[in-house]
Amino acid sequence: MSSFNIYMCGVGGQGIGMLSEVLSRACLEAGHNIMGCDTHGLAQRGGIVVSHLRLGDGVRTPRVPDGSADLVIALERLEALRAADAMLAKSGTVIYYDTIYQPIHVRMGKTSYPEADALEETVKTRGGKVERVQLADIDDPRMQNVALLGRLASTGVIEGVSARVVEQALRDALPAKALAANLAVFEQAAEKTAP
Amino acid sequence: MAKLKDMLVKRESWSDLIMGNYAVARAMIDTGTRVITTFPGSPTPEIAAALDSVDRDKRDYYFEYSTNEKVALEIAAGASLNGHLSTVFFKSVGLNVASDSLIQLALMELVGGMVIILGDDPGANSSQNEQDNRWFARMSYIPMLEPANPQEAYDMYREAVRLSKERRIPIFLRLTTHVCHAREVVKFNGIETGAPDWTPRFDAAAGPYVPIVSTVFPLKRKALAKLADFEELGNECKLNFVVAPNGSKPIDGKRLGVISSALVAMSVLENLEESKASVDLLKLGMTYPLPRKMITDFLADRDEVMVLEELDQVLENEIKVAAWDAGADCKILSRKDREDFMGELGPRRTMKILSDVWPSIFDAPAEIVPSKEISVRLPQMCPGCGHRSAFHAIRKALEDDVITVADIGCHSLGFMPPYNMGEVLFSMGHGVSTASGLSIGNDTRKVLTFIGDSTLIHAGLPGIVNAANHDHNITLVLMDNGTTAMTGHQPRFGSGEVGDKIPFVPLLEALGVKFIRETDTYQQATLTQHIRDANAHKGFALVIARHPCMLKFTRKQRKDMPDLKMPNVRVDQEKCERIYECVAEFGCPSFQKNEDGSVTVSEELCIGDGSCLQTCPVQALWRPKPGGDK
Ligand SMILES: Cc1ncc(C[n+]2csc(CCOP(=O)(O)OP(=O)(O)O)c2C)c(N)n1
Ligand code: SF4
Ligand code: SF4
Repeated sequence: MSSFNIYMCGVGGQGIGMLSEVLSRACLEAGHNIMGCDTHGLAQRGGIVVSHLRLGDGVRTPRVPDGSADLVIALERLEALRAADAMLAKSGTVIYYDTIYQPIHVRMGKTSYPEADALEETVKTRGGKVERVQLADIDDPRMQNVALLGRLASTGVIEGVSARVVEQALRDALPAKALAANLAVFEQAAEKTAP
Repeated sequence: MAKLKDMLVKRESWSDLIMGNYAVARAMIDTGTRVITTFPGSPTPEIAAALDSVDRDKRDYYFEYSTNEKVALEIAAGASLNGHLSTVFFKSVGLNVASDSLIQLALMELVGGMVIILGDDPGANSSQNEQDNRWFARMSYIPMLEPANPQEAYDMYREAVRLSKERRIPIFLRLTTHVCHAREVVKFNGIETGAPDWTPRFDAAAGPYVPIVSTVFPLKRKALAKLADFEELGNECKLNFVVAPNGSKPIDGKRLGVISSALVAMSVLENLEESKASVDLLKLGMTYPLPRKMITDFLADRDEVMVLEELDQVLENEIKVAAWDAGADCKILSRKDREDFMGELGPRRTMKILSDVWPSIFDAPAEIVPSKEISVRLPQMCPGCGHRSAFHAIRKALEDDVITVADIGCHSLGFMPPYNMGEVLFSMGHGVSTASGLSIGNDTRKVLTFIGDSTLIHAGLPGIVNAANHDHNITLVLMDNGTTAMTGHQPRFGSGEVGDKIPFVPLLEALGVKFIRETDTYQQATLTQHIRDANAHKGFALVIARHPCMLKFTRKQRKDMPDLKMPNVRVDQEKCERIYECVAEFGCPSFQKNEDGSVTVSEELCIGDGSCLQTCPVQALWRPKPGGDK
């Protein structure tokens, strides 16, 4: 069964719903058969939220099995590490926004918050790649998801999902008044990768 | 992009990428379901959100949030008695609440047809258990359909409607979390019905509808006959079918098969396709009553068949009985490990189970053990949540040996660190009565319990009348945030969103509560004092701890006043003595503890409500005046 599995994760309130909606639409537009599912459930902020997206004709279940994510897109560093550890497939790619949301255990001093290196290490042991995204002058943290989309689009890891396709999906999804600011972030994040 | 609320009522057929819950909402509309009721609970609240989003003048249906699941079920049943096609939906445990009336329904001629949608939650993703409601179908004689994905959920709802109307019997549509929330491209039919005909067609002669000694047996006889007919139908029904993805050939001289249903069947199908093993799958869409003939035929053609179901051993028991009765010469294989009776069975887990029974055909997937080094992240109450202020204040009034009883809602999270309050939890509204029981004969340890305002209306009142009038010696804290927060801010009766406002104090006084104190939870010192007074009171004492749900409040504020920016709280680094009361005791997620030991406030998270200011013992927290610098 050939499939391409994408696992998205972050912290409640970071806008993972929009990320997954735009990416799903872009994958559909690129001609993939898709199935996915989002976390719904508790209203509160601050818990882990995930979204699964699976591409391929043989896909019949919506969740990415453990250890099978070809691509992890994370909105936060600790969650990127958690996903790289349990979800990432061999030679998979992790694209993450390097921001920090401390869980209560860290704030209470019971556990520690990981360094970016810990993530690099974990991904390296799987033979994978990491793309770290962080834009200095992003005014609204709710646009971090768009920065990830920008970077993702420019890497071309998902077959057929070009920058143009993602940008169009973004245009379709966003309200007109938020579009210009988001597109600027999208483009800025894309440019940053060019080697 | 077209809005969901418009697509839901589009007359023509269409197709789109959509989640299971929305697909089911469309099915209700395009089949002409007229009365739809619910009580919110995951995994089904998005069905309600979809139905409730449609403009009122475009609705050909009546939709309501009812006070609880039993009320919701009775309303849908009553509407069906009047000849209107109806549906009720709720989460798994909601069926426990509704069961008193549910159990009667199959005995009745539901002339309009009625579908009961269950949102079961294998894996307990957002529930207090993972109860297997397939048992309820057996106990209530109600047929059950189980879709595996959004398209099937849509198609099976339509089939349930057809069968229910034709046979005047309620039908269960059992969804599970990852069918409700799965997304795929679904093809929808057009809307087939015209304007609703609201003529009340209730006719007692179509019954009997009153089960008393002389009618119970005729009614039951009829229900059993309908079930038997259903079984016949199941043998022919296209919802039950065999797939042989790799062709039906014997492996080492043995013909092998799997019987499964719903999403687990899809996991198995992925496994079969991946392994290229010529094992066939009988996928059951109608799982009660079981199509015995179809099943025994499947067994007769095979040497070994594995029954691979999720949660309890329901299908397997019945399949084995059927096999015994038919004298089938086929080995029926079971799940072996007790762990396999728990949680969701995704493709990795079904592969493991298949490899346990047929190790030469299926390879067990490599085990993945998540690292223990990575910090856990527990869900938390939102920044500014009034429940947090309440827990922080209440903790100060408690003796060490207090017994605290939790209830259902966002405030259940109080049981986690740093608050550690709420040590027992059964079900919605249990708290008052469980606490009352803990207080009996107990003169030494105070018992304190909580209840949310929505839960008060759902199931709390009988326990309160009981506690107040027997004067049980407990303190009840009513956590009143004006909404049904945890499930997504559905309206709460008495908040003014549905009907009139219900003033709680006179209501509860009239019910016999004599000791009542109330305060906004941000008034932490007052709340602490109220709890002290309540705990000192001998007998039933109620403290109302009120503050609007800040997630709902800030969302509305952002919508109504997009330019308003509340200044964040800051930490005065000169004054801060690193006591960490704000970070570790009060625990608003906005506080970040930095490597160097300093504390800062996250601009992304802080909503600027200021409820934390009072918690700092050395007044190091401050907040600039809105619009000014300081
Ligand atoms: C019988 C039953 N029905 C529904 C639910 C789903 N549920 C979980 S929390 C909750 C809301 C409780 O609201 P409230 O009591 O006002 O507390 P809040 O979340 O607002 O703090 C509901 C309905 C449930 N757990 N049990
Ligand atoms: S949703 Fe409302 S009640 Fe629930 S934790 Fe958030 S602010 Fe508190
Ligand atoms: S003002 Fe900010 S830091 Fe203080 S409780 Fe509210 S959200 Fe938390």
